[in-house]
Amino acid sequence: MSFLDYFISALLLQAGYNSALVAVGAGLLGLSAGSAGAFIFLRKRALVSDAISHATLPGVGLAFMIMVAFGSDGRWLPGLIIGSAISSAIGLILVEWITRKTRLTEDAAIGAVLSVFFGFGIVLLTIIQTMSSGRQAGLENFLLGSTAGMLISEATTIAVAGALAAAFVFLLRRPMTLVAFDPEYAATTGVNVRNIDLAMMGLALIVTVIGLKIVGLILIVALLIIPPVTARFWTNQVGPMIGISALVGGISGYIGAVLSAAEASIPTGPIIVLVAFGFFMISALFSPLRGALASALRHQRFQRRVHRRQGLLALSRREPIYDGLTLRILRRSGMIRRDGVATLRGRTASEKASRDEARWAMARRILPDDSAIERYDGLTPIERMMTSDQIAEIDRMLAEKQGASA
Amino acid sequence: MRNAELIAEAGKIVDVAGKDAPLTVRGLTVSYGNKPAVFSVDASIPAGSMTAIIGPNGAGKSTFLKGALGVVPRLSGEVRIFGKPFHEARDRVAYVPQRASVDWDFPARVIDVVLMGLYGSVGLLRLWRARHREQAMACLDRVGMNDFADRQIGQLSGGQQQRVFLARALAQNAEFYLLDEPFAGVDAATERAIVSVLKDLKSEGRTVVCVHHDLSTVPEYFDRVLLINVRRIAEGPVDTTFTAENLQETYGGRLAATHIDELRLA
Repeated sequence: MSFLDYFISALLLQAGYNSALVAVGAGLLGLSAGSAGAFIFLRKRALVSDAISHATLPGVGLAFMIMVAFGSDGRWLPGLIIGSAISSAIGLILVEWITRKTRLTEDAAIGAVLSVFFGFGIVLLTIIQTMSSGRQAGLENFLLGSTAGMLISEATTIAVAGALAAAFVFLLRRPMTLVAFDPEYAATTGVNVRNIDLAMMGLALIVTVIGLKIVGLILIVALLIIPPVTARFWTNQVGPMIGISALVGGISGYIGAVLSAAEASIPTGPIIVLVAFGFFMISALFSPLRGALASALRHQRFQRRVHRRQGLLALSRREPIYDGLTLRILRRSGMIRRDGVATLRGRTASEKASRDEARWAMARRILPDDSAIERYDGLTPIERMMTSDQIAEIDRMLAEKQGASA
Repeated sequence: MRNAELIAEAGKIVDVAGKDAPLTVRGLTVSYGNKPAVFSVDASIPAGSMTAIIGPNGAGKSTFLKGALGVVPRLSGEVRIFGKPFHEARDRVAYVPQRASVDWDFPARVIDVVLMGLYGSVGLLRLWRARHREQAMACLDRVGMNDFADRQIGQLSGGQQQRVFLARALAQNAEFYLLDEPFAGVDAATERAIVSVLKDLKSEGRTVVCVHHDLSTVPEYFDRVLLINVRRIAEGPVDTTFTAENLQETYGGRLAATHIDELRLA
């Protein structure tokens, strides 16, 4: 069977029960990572999850050693997950503690905790390699993830935990939104900001430890960050953003696991991350809302609107127009005739443009530090940018000014 | 001796505002690091009043509000809201933070922010219904922003952002409104719109407290003042408390005497 054949049959869950279960598990993991990551991204704590994931490594090593000491082969996944959860929780508490109790900033605390824990974990793994008992081969797969030889029980554990984490995100969506947007206000409405932050980081921790086997601890942070960043390109609302983020994470996990099952020599984590990155690139380029292509098109449209506006203002002041592009745009939109004389439509539009211009000029005078002015592009009709009472105020000032000059 | 004085004074405060006053604060101290931003401040806000908290920059006006509402931890002091600890009276209070305190590039529409005011009254699992949307739209209407409901919050001007924050607080349908600098950096039309909403709230028997920095509008907008400069300088009705002496004491050399005279005339 060729790689492509295998890939397609695996994608359709027809490459055997085991690989189907692994793919579904990876999909649910991605779903929970995408939805939890969305809130972590909105709360601007993405780097904390990097500290959490690196802090899992000593836990993996110690759990292995303890299990071996009790006579098992040390590879029981729930045991390794519990160990990693404990050590990354300690890492998380340390970051919080350093930030609160010393004058160090959070990024410094993250850097310190991340590197120390990871270093300690690597030392433990090296010691484990020299141990005579236990089945240490493949333990390094926790760094980059691997689905090869994964047990059905392991895939089920991951799938169930992933689904639970996603349900937890749904339950806490409102308090987490509130805390991410406006923590001070949240506190006055009875939301315990500290607990919500802890829950958010707890979610990151859960996603990390259940993702150890599939994605690996080095790259799990990518699965928490790339989906929400991708989703942000497509929407300006929290709800849809969470949904898109979960979807991107889920599909990336699913496709990545399938690809990796088809070509077992590549670690799973990097493939999943690359698939997610593919979604990111497509979004960054082609999203109609915030993508690069759309903003280039918007800029071109903006340039045309500037020309049109300048042309209309020139018409209203009865000044001649020389710019070729301006003339073309006005002619094409039926504002002027071939000989350059304004049509009825052109005269109406130029009057409106001139009134808008006067209002904006007044707005700039009476609203000196208002952000509507900062974003004023000289083109948007003022009715779209200001409330009716704001416009009434501007018109009143204009009338006053005209009265004074008359 | 000092204690006896304090108790006597505390008794007086209770007399002025009543036992279940919207806000009673005794000896509130809040510090950032080891420097008190607010030191041992007493205050009592009677029901149905409209109070301006006034003081120079860095005098702890905003910190006083945040300390009273438990947004920042208290070092000492006692706060009662309607005669109860804050967490028992939370449903009766709405807070409007400074608009610069949030990131307006957050993915939300105007209506989404107003709906946040209803989070407290809607269960965790419940979805939004038409009734909630109508409630939020009614609040937007009160601040003149119903045409902006579906607008991205990042596209709003400063004054419009302030109106949205006020609408969110209105959605809470509280009895006691605390606003942090609601008039900072807003246009004249927005200032009028906000004042008119606040006066409506007062006429409905609700209580309003604003951190305020424009001395010239104090007599026009408010009926009580609380003068703070880390410590409490004075508190009471505008007529008797908003005096040149008290302002001089609050602002020190930062306010010229002639300027104060002008204010009294206005």
